[in-house]
Amino acid sequence: MSNAPNPDNCATLSMGTQPINTDDMTTGENQKLSRKEIVREIFAGSRATIPMIVGAIPFGIIFGTLAEQSGLSPLGAIAMSVFVFAGSSQFIALGLLAAGTGPLIIIATTFIVNLRHLLYSAALVDDVKHLSGPWRTLIAFGLTDESFATIADKIRKSDDLWRKKYAQWFYLGSFSTMYGNWILCTVIGITLGELFPDIGNWGLDFAMSATFIGMVLPYLTTRPMLACVLVAGAMSLGTADMPHKLGLMVSALSALSVGLSYHLISRNKKQ
Amino acid sequence: MNEALMIAGMAIVTFGIRYVLLASAGHFTFPGWAKIALDFVPPAVLTAIIVPAVLMPGGNDIEFNLQNASLLAACVAVVVGLIRKDLLTTIVIGMIAFGLFKWLL
Repeated sequence: MSNAPNPDNCATLSMGTQPINTDDMTTGENQKLSRKEIVREIFAGSRATIPMIVGAIPFGIIFGTLAEQSGLSPLGAIAMSVFVFAGSSQFIALGLLAAGTGPLIIIATTFIVNLRHLLYSAALVDDVKHLSGPWRTLIAFGLTDESFATIADKIRKSDDLWRKKYAQWFYLGSFSTMYGNWILCTVIGITLGELFPDIGNWGLDFAMSATFIGMVLPYLTTRPMLACVLVAGAMSLGTADMPHKLGLMVSALSALSVGLSYHLISRNKKQ
Repeated sequence: MNEALMIAGMAIVTFGIRYVLLASAGHFTFPGWAKIALDFVPPAVLTAIIVPAVLMPGGNDIEFNLQNASLLAACVAVVVGLIRKDLLTTIVIGMIAFGLFKWLL
């Protein structure tokens, strides 16, 4: 393989002993990373993701255990973790399946629930500009709440050189740790579900609520955000009787409108 | 077959959401209001998931009482999260609290 600058090299490189070449389209520099540096960053990314995984483990296991009783086959549960790789929407899909909801509404709900990932990708745009297509595909596929939180935190604390040179390897470490763990936990969950059919009553599903509570709290710094969360909570109870859990979509969209309106009105007043 | 289609659909919409901006990196920018609106998406969606899960653990009725272990544990998680501002601590203490309440009640 030539060492000429070529952005497509990054993802298809074989892990040879020679220095590996990551290219920087924006500066045209030919920066060389040693294999040691790459391994170091992958491990650093993996380590930084461990706190997030503590929350994801019970989450993944309970997903696996609940799959069969919700009407999803073991193979389907594994396929979902492998191809969809989005915990909260997988969880919600189980709830919908159990309620006998059709595939189209499940897909639409998945869209709404995962729409927040658009925000994550928007935040990373500046950091992928110099990366190749395969890298961007991989980063997009692995953009979970956990990996985003990990890489965003690291980027905030790092300089420009690190962001250009090392960030993708750090992310690769975070992503592969999350992904491997998620699939493993799904398989463990399926096995446990077969061994202990009453595991659904153990309350492991509270892990999801605890994780989401911890994720929502940092947002509550402005009045529009507070209004948004209050509307989402009240509406979700008021619409709980709607068929096919449509209440989730209705509540989220109402809360978003209220928060956005409040924000725009209070900003106009200030001007 | 239905199951395969459903999973394929979920995978496509999820990947599409995560990919569209990264693919166009720099060639497409959001209008200002859309950026602000997106900021509200995570708390709106997550809250609409949490509140029924915590207040209606049985799935049908609102259980606003001291026998509801998820409600009590959620209160503990909120307090811990506000004080410590640390996700891992919030999750771990929240789950321990849930286990304790479940065992005590």
